Amino acid sequence: MIPELGHFALALACVLALAQGAVPLLGAQRRDPRLIALGPPLAAGQLVAVAAAFAALLWSFAVNDTTVLGVVQNSHSAKPLLYKLTGTWGNHEGSMVLWVLILALCGGAVAGFGRDLPGALQARVLAVLGLVGVGFLLFILATSNPFARVWPPPADGQGLNPVLQDPGLALHPPLLYLGYVGYAVTFAFAVAALIEGRVDAAWGRWVRPWALAAWAFLTLGIALGSWWAYYELGWGGYWFWDPVENASLLPWLAGTALLHSAIVVEKREALKVWTVLLALLAFALSLLGTFLVRSGVLNSVHAFASDPTRGVFILALLALYVGGAFALFAWRAPAMAPTGVFAPLSREGALVLNNLFLCSICAVVLVGTLYPMFADLVLGVKISVGPPFFNAATLPLAAPLILAMPLGALLPWKRARLWPVLQRLWWAALAAAAALLLALALAGERVWPALGFAAAVWLVAGAAADLADRIALFRRPAAAWARARGLPRAAWGGALAHAGLGVTCAGIAGMGLATDALVALKPGESARLAGYEWRLEGVRDAAGPNWTARRATVTVARDGAAVAVLEPERRFFPVGRETTTEAAIHTNGLRDLYVVLGEERDGAAVLRLHHNPLAPWIWLGAAVMALGGGLSLSDRRVRVAAPAPKGAPAPA
Amino acid sequence: MTRKRRRLAILLLCGLGLGSATALTLAAFRDNLVFFLSPSDLAAKPPPADRAFRLGGLVEAGSVERATGADGRPTARFRVTDGAHAISVVYAGILPDLFREGQGVVTLGRLGPDGVFHASEVLARHDETYMPPEVADALKRAGHWDPSQGAAPPAGGWNTLSPRPGG
Repeated sequence: MIPELGHFALALACVLALAQGAVPLLGAQRRDPRLIALGPPLAAGQLVAVAAAFAALLWSFAVNDTTVLGVVQNSHSAKPLLYKLTGTWGNHEGSMVLWVLILALCGGAVAGFGRDLPGALQARVLAVLGLVGVGFLLFILATSNPFARVWPPPADGQGLNPVLQDPGLALHPPLLYLGYVGYAVTFAFAVAALIEGRVDAAWGRWVRPWALAAWAFLTLGIALGSWWAYYELGWGGYWFWDPVENASLLPWLAGTALLHSAIVVEKREALKVWTVLLALLAFALSLLGTFLVRSGVLNSVHAFASDPTRGVFILALLALYVGGAFALFAWRAPAMAPTGVFAPLSREGALVLNNLFLCSICAVVLVGTLYPMFADLVLGVKISVGPPFFNAATLPLAAPLILAMPLGALLPWKRARLWPVLQRLWWAALAAAAALLLALALAGERVWPALGFAAAVWLVAGAAADLADRIALFRRPAAAWARARGLPRAAWGGALAHAGLGVTCAGIAGMGLATDALVALKPGESARLAGYEWRLEGVRDAAGPNWTARRATVTVARDGAAVAVLEPERRFFPVGRETTTEAAIHTNGLRDLYVVLGEERDGAAVLRLHHNPLAPWIWLGAAVMALGGGLSLSDRRVRVAAPAPKGAPAPA
Repeated sequence: MTRKRRRLAILLLCGLGLGSATALTLAAFRDNLVFFLSPSDLAAKPPPADRAFRLGGLVEAGSVERATGADGRPTARFRVTDGAHAISVVYAGILPDLFREGQGVVTLGRLGPDGVFHASEVLARHDETYMPPEVADALKRAGHWDPSQGAAPPAGGWNTLSPRPGG
């Protein structure tokens, strides 16, 4: 009964979304306030319906209802309740329902928080969100029904994929989707602006919080996925340039560019057409990511070709939304005359440079991700594009971007001179140079990690110099505290996010100095790595709720003093007949000691030992970036009503 | 600065960015594209010695030898076959959990002057019935499996099969 109710709620949501996509749009075109006023209630109705469907699905998983196909395939009564619930979105159908739920939440938020929006703009934004929702609800109803029944019901589910039973992975999809779908809102604003033919500072002020929120969530989602890969997959790496990872990085790059160009629209009313284009691009790349992950095209283009229903459906949605939006763009964009004029050397110019580099990196990653599929389908050649390609192609673009970041943040609007900015940054440059020399001296002339440390110090010191300049710390120290309190939170947030990237840079540079060793040890024997003595005490059997394991005990000592006891495991799951390795990690914030247990032979256990300097900083930096985004979002100016557009007629 | 000159400057800048991105991509493609080859491909046309590529096929039954290298690192030697040809592979490292004789495997590495493939990575991280798509394709090309005739023959006997005439 409950699954049927959920299915009905989904269908109801689809109808409501269709109405939300049509009625307010019509109202805005005809300037009919009654039709416009229907937008928010319809959005609220769609939200309630989708939430009901999602709740029904959660309930089916929670009680392990084995008459539901999705539960049979993806759940099992032996799972802890938490993982039963998170398993709701750990599969294709459920994750699509989550996608639509977050979209409906965004629609509800635009309806609820957007009361100060001009009525016609809000109506059009809600209509575009409704149309996006219709497409994806139709996709779920037509190809991926999460409530499909099986009869007779099997005794228990089959799904107990051990790798997926993890808190990090449980949180990863919702965060990622909050980012992806957040860009649906900026997309809707961009399309609405194209229909109206007007982009102004008020529009920029409305778009920026959405771009910020989506960006912060996407940053957290990507970082969480990377952290999960690091501790769960046991390869000791944190980023593999895997197509699934790239699919989330692409909208992040476009979204970061959007975040910065929206500032220019808000403050200076320049770069309007470009910002609208970026908003379209960010959502297009989000949809592309959804297509890549959800269509199965990544596993094999041929598997995709043999069961193309889902993939073709998403591809059609992608073509419809992106193609439609770009056609609208080609038609309406020339009408949006640029107004703000600026010299190349100015804050605006620096932000253009930022956009240029971010979009170039985005294009390179896109080509590297899609080319293997293209080559397989069209040329019939099987190739793969690995980390060496991405490192070689993106680093030369990232380096000037990082070099320019602190400079750009200090440039004044409209017209600037370089010399005063350099004067404020000399000590940051000096610190970066010192870091470079120090790293070269200490780490034995390893150039790339040393450059990474220099970049990290440059970014963090540059952000500090930016704040010091704004609160006049050196010019008038007595008043600095008062000025710091008066400084808008957006300024703090921006500086914090830039510094966060510096922290991540330091972590990546530290991982560039990571060392590992592969050893076969008998109990009582020990190996040396990175100045530590790693001693295998023994290997014994262990058992968990649904697995048995071999567990090694490794004690790590430095100069005779014990540092850590690590217990890596190889787990065997009888239900799925799968083996996983559980890496053991000891961190003190500055370095990770990381041990993986391999196979055992002739009384010896094969161990892979890793010493990863500064590894946790990679994700710490991402968290700081997201915190900066959140701080910016809490700025008073974001929350208070946007000013009425200049020279605009009274709201409809 | 007039509007015209500003527009020109922005266009130039965009062209520069796009151009450098294209140049970087092409340069990186030239050096870093990793091709997938089957043992038959290797026999037909061996790649340049210093070029990394991926070699895929089935682990030949009875070919796996494990040893501990001079530096204390565990090493494994095995042969990868697609039924028509086989090639020796040597790998120093932990073999994946699902590495089995007779199972599909994809390895990344370089061909040494001795004709032995020196693998730096061995991927077999799928379930027991899964066949990597490239390996399935290589087996079909070697003429040992016609998908229209049903599922692939049991993997354990691949190294004893002989290619069908005209396959």
